[in-house]
Amino acid sequence: MKCTYACGSQEHLLARRTFLGGVVAGVGAVVGGLGALATPSAARQLARDGKRVLVINMHGGLSQLESWDPKPGAPTGGPFRAIPTSVPGIHISELLPKTAQVMHHLALVRGVNTSEDDHGKGIYLMLHGRRQTPAADYPEIGAVVAKALEPLGGDALPGHIKITSGGGGRGNDAAYLGPRYASVRLGDGKPPSHSSRPDGMSDDDEARRQQFRRLVNEHFLSRRRTAMTDLYTYSYEQALQLMEQRQIFDVSLEPQKDQERYGDHAFGRHCLLARRLLEHGITFVQVSHSNYDTHNENFRFHYEQMGEFDGPFATLISDLADRGMLDSTLVVVLSEFGRTPNINQYYGRDHWSRAWSVCLAGAKIARGAVLGKTNENGTAVVDHQVDHAQLFHTYLQAVGIDSFATIDVAGRPVPLADPAAAPIKELLA
Amino acid sequence: MVRVAADPKAVHVAEEFQHDRPLISCRFDPTGRFVFACSEDFTIQRWELATKNKVALAGHGSWPRDIAFTPSGDVAISCGYDEMLIWWETAAEKPQPLRTLKAHQGWVDAVAISPDGRLVASGGRDRIVRIWQVEDGAPVREMSGHEKHIYSAAFHPSGEYLLSGDLGGKVHQWEVATGKLVRTFDATALWSYNSGQQVDYGGVRSIAFRQDGQQVAFSGLHNASNPLGAVNEPLVLRFSWEKAEKLRSHVAQGVRGVAWRACFHPEGFLLAANGGSGGGWLLFWKEDDDQAFHKFQLPNTARGMDLHPDGIQVATAHYDRKLRISRLAPKAT
Repeated sequence: MKCTYACGSQEHLLARRTFLGGVVAGVGAVVGGLGALATPSAARQLARDGKRVLVINMHGGLSQLESWDPKPGAPTGGPFRAIPTSVPGIHISELLPKTAQVMHHLALVRGVNTSEDDHGKGIYLMLHGRRQTPAADYPEIGAVVAKALEPLGGDALPGHIKITSGGGGRGNDAAYLGPRYASVRLGDGKPPSHSSRPDGMSDDDEARRQQFRRLVNEHFLSRRRTAMTDLYTYSYEQALQLMEQRQIFDVSLEPQKDQERYGDHAFGRHCLLARRLLEHGITFVQVSHSNYDTHNENFRFHYEQMGEFDGPFATLISDLADRGMLDSTLVVVLSEFGRTPNINQYYGRDHWSRAWSVCLAGAKIARGAVLGKTNENGTAVVDHQVDHAQLFHTYLQAVGIDSFATIDVAGRPVPLADPAAAPIKELLA
Repeated sequence: MVRVAADPKAVHVAEEFQHDRPLISCRFDPTGRFVFACSEDFTIQRWELATKNKVALAGHGSWPRDIAFTPSGDVAISCGYDEMLIWWETAAEKPQPLRTLKAHQGWVDAVAISPDGRLVASGGRDRIVRIWQVEDGAPVREMSGHEKHIYSAAFHPSGEYLLSGDLGGKVHQWEVATGKLVRTFDATALWSYNSGQQVDYGGVRSIAFRQDGQQVAFSGLHNASNPLGAVNEPLVLRFSWEKAEKLRSHVAQGVRGVAWRACFHPEGFLLAANGGSGGGWLLFWKEDDDQAFHKFQLPNTARGMDLHPDGIQVATAHYDRKLRISRLAPKAT
């Protein structure tokens, strides 16, 4: 595939002068940038602000009734009680006592209706801001943020990182933005695969090896340069930079007392690693916590899972606030959907997307706020109903990205977010 | 009370008691006059069997989980997810809490009263077993050693020992007089960890002693291929008391669910109530067979069960808001 270098966009012209110059946005035919955001002044401002995004994905479908929107005493309420928080008048589930103490940093969106009860489609629309269709694929929020907040001249480190409990590798989640913005997955919070130099290889050996690779590459590129070859070159250079900064991914280098504060379990370590990555300038970090798909024994499983979530999450929010990072870091706690208010015969709750909750914090998000309301039994939204598209706009606006901007894909302007929707103004301070 | 021989193969649902919310567990009082059921509406419902008169016991601030009685039947003590133990006068016309005691940090799943009626034991999510005096609620001692959430407890008929079972399938035997851990029964066949779903699942859902104290049964589930989706099968483990050795793994071919509670029938067989994706069942096993010798399908999934002192009536608590009385006898003609 030939790269369309004749676009003349300012972003591209600037980028060409850099070390990673000539690296286009991806393999696809993306030739432009993010509209006004791509101007040097806008990008410079975002970089100076150090805008970052952290998404915590409550994998499987977190129950809103056992977290952000409890209904104690209602037929649908289950056994858990509601507790007061640091914000007078706001109550959340008793399963989140530590989170309750940082409520003044958070905003709860209790009127989410996404009308999608399928796991795959549900998480797609929450991470893409659009419903999945066979006609088009869109980049995930992480890829969009990584591109929009990328420092001028590119970044030595990947801007889109997912900390997973599964395996590592590279995601396929950037669509037309290309693999450059696809996620790097840190399986079980470990550094990227093959990011350490082989044993026995000296600095001189390594330098000569890379020198030879570049020589061969340049010879090849002088005659056959394409988007694909550029990406190939970029991947190698980024990998080299990543190897040199591998310690950024090593959570064991964090102070022992911090490791104890976050807890000796995977989610705690992953939250601490997320803090470390954000502090080192990674633009977008996603952490997953499993598993909330509790069709059976919902209450016992939520008791366990929320107990594991509560401490590290509250600690992370406190740390971001104490370190002055919360003003520039958007935190989103989302899921693919909520769970049914009805309690089934197995003490379980099934999939429910018509009335559920998302928790936000940081950046331009209003603090200590609740938006939206569900009815007495939690079956329907009765006030301030919002959906995935509005939330997607809001995420972008919260970190200063113009969510109405377009991306030029092969000469066709593609809206960054669903143009039929708009940000939730009440949430933006 | 004149006892007639039980006929498990003739079991049938004889009566239904209606409530307006799903039920969680059930117990007969020792006199056999009442049946009690814990409900999702935070109440315990009491029905008088002879009259069907229904009375609510209100006091818990969350789901009540179980209820135990002194041998005389005068006093009932319930436990709940509100961290509380509550004392009640069993036969009071309008029962009110006699004593409310914050017993644990987190859910209290297990409550048991000693055979002499002097002590009550409790256990829950804080993984601590506590013993209290029934008379005044004073703490007697507490025992630590469980690594996971405690689900069940029962005193040995001698009163000298207490067993407590946990999510991990470990059953600790404690010496009541000293609180010393005597030994641990290995019921880990009732537990599994699903690495895909990253969940611990199963546990010792009930403990039942044979009347002579020489055998003990632990009920729960196994073959949990999908814990979050309720795909599992009932399992009851029968152990010898003397050597703490597993004698039988009682299963029920073709039945999916959890053996929420098992009881030894005075005539020697073991019965359990199953609930789950395979529906509600009463399951019956003889001492020498792993497979059930009889299975009886209930109209709705069962969540709790108890055997009446007459050995004929079996109460089951159901999701469909009904308490059912089944009889281990031919239908009356």
